[in-house]
Amino acid sequence: MRAAQQWRAFLTLLGKEVGRVFRIWTQTLLPSAITMTLYFVIFGSFIGDRIQDMQGHSYVAFIVPGLIMMAVLTNSYANVSSSFFGNKFQKSIEELLVSPMPSWLIVAGYTAGGMARGLIVGAIVTAISLFFVPLQVHAWSVIVVFVVLTSAVFSLAGLLNGIYARKFDDVSIVPTFVLTPLTYLGGVFYSVTLLPLVWQQISRLNPILYMVNGFRYGFLGISDVPVAGGLMILITLCLGLLVLDVYLIEKGVRLKS
Amino acid sequence: MTPGMMSETAEAALEITDLRKTYPGGVVALDGISFSVLKGDFFALLGPNGAGKSTTMGIVSGLVVRGSGLARVFGHDAGSVEAKSCIGLVPQEFNFSIFEKVEDILVQQAGYFGMPRRYALGRSETLLKKLGLWEKRHAQGLKLSGGMKRKLLIARALMHEPRLLVLDEPTAGVDVETRRSMWEFITTLNKAGTTIILSTHYLEEAEQLCKNIAIIDNGTILADTNMRDFLRTVARETYVLDIEQKVTDDASGRPSGAVVVDEHTLEVTVAKGEGLNTIFKSLDKKGLTVLGCRAKQNRLEQLFVGMTGENGKEAKTGSGDKVSA
Repeated sequence: MRAAQQWRAFLTLLGKEVGRVFRIWTQTLLPSAITMTLYFVIFGSFIGDRIQDMQGHSYVAFIVPGLIMMAVLTNSYANVSSSFFGNKFQKSIEELLVSPMPSWLIVAGYTAGGMARGLIVGAIVTAISLFFVPLQVHAWSVIVVFVVLTSAVFSLAGLLNGIYARKFDDVSIVPTFVLTPLTYLGGVFYSVTLLPLVWQQISRLNPILYMVNGFRYGFLGISDVPVAGGLMILITLCLGLLVLDVYLIEKGVRLKS
Repeated sequence: MTPGMMSETAEAALEITDLRKTYPGGVVALDGISFSVLKGDFFALLGPNGAGKSTTMGIVSGLVVRGSGLARVFGHDAGSVEAKSCIGLVPQEFNFSIFEKVEDILVQQAGYFGMPRRYALGRSETLLKKLGLWEKRHAQGLKLSGGMKRKLLIARALMHEPRLLVLDEPTAGVDVETRRSMWEFITTLNKAGTTIILSTHYLEEAEQLCKNIAIIDNGTILADTNMRDFLRTVARETYVLDIEQKVTDDASGRPSGAVVVDEHTLEVTVAKGEGLNTIFKSLDKKGLTVLGCRAKQNRLEQLFVGMTGENGKEAKTGSGDKVSA
């Protein structure tokens, strides 16, 4: 395949994935918008006013970056894991496997699709947040780098889940029992500096903590952990998952008999 | 045709050499098969369920990982980007997204092969019209009938104009009319130069359409030959005769060797090369008029059952040789 053909193949897969997001928007875009609106209403308006400022910012302003990040990572993950497994389940994944698309291009197409949904939902949640708190930006570059890398990491992780999943339950187990607890314990709603030292140390093992804090730094200029360290973790996870996904698809693990 | 028999000038569309595949659990699907398909051929790969046909086709098209051996498509290693570009696969099972629209399924498939969208739209229009699906282009896959879904699989496989079309039981569950129109279409493709490998359970179709044949059973090739030569190996053939007059089941009422099926039907079995003249003369002498005559079982079916059934296995063991022309 020449470069131009690879580019067309990539755009085809990306277009199919994005088309799917909009075709079933009530399942892909709407739930996060509703959930995050409720978070803003409850924590921003109902409870937020009674909570003291966090590191010099109102509570609602403090949680906005974390909530956006939570929406981005869960949607990126869910999009790829469910779409890829759905294609496996229907066997339509064979359309890709018989095509001359190299494995890395298949990974790129699905990952870009997951990132697209994650970023679209992130933009929607950001827009909703403007009804509750004015937008503050400390460093656009940090915001962009963290949101793009985080959506890439969770898209790649979702692909890994989709590759290994044998039944629909397998697609929901990781988000329910791994992602959600890690996200809630990743400093979305609080600063880890408020925790006892032991729990602070344990929290530092959670990669989502670094993503949320890096993103928050981009908006508010505050972070519980070193931003550069968070960036390194994101890049490492991204490259590691990329290599693993490409390898698994190349070998046909759970795809070819 | 074995690789060694292939003309030096003829290009092989597919060369399979000592191909082996064992599935997890120890099931041996392919036990060292070898055969070649020449460019432009219409080749039948026949065998009972579980014989290894779909595994072979899966390896050729890159969906199954081979154990060992070689599979080359127009000189390229099967599963490689170059080989995949040459192949169009019509699988046994429906494997498109049922929620996608017919036209989108085709255009997306073309996109995966790197074709420009505008060209793909034109190509999909041509194929959908030829296969009688144009009116359904905006319908979701799940809204199509079984025959239409089969046609859609064929159209999808042809989007990138493959040089080798692999058909794995493409007419399973399709009504007679649709099947005929599909074969007409595929024959036209073959005449235009597309090499075709066909796996089917409709043996009369394989007999009519295919130039060469391989029979596979238990992961081994039992026969690999020219269809005409293969059919000549039939030792005996049984014919059904429709008789105008009533026939009785006694020696005076029927020719010797004939079996009375009912009062207007006889069955006669003749050895290879014997001909039916003697039978007809005998019937004529008895004043019986033959209204119609047909083979009870088509020759390919007869050979196929003989080779892959219990009798066939005994015969194979007894002779110690595979049938090969």
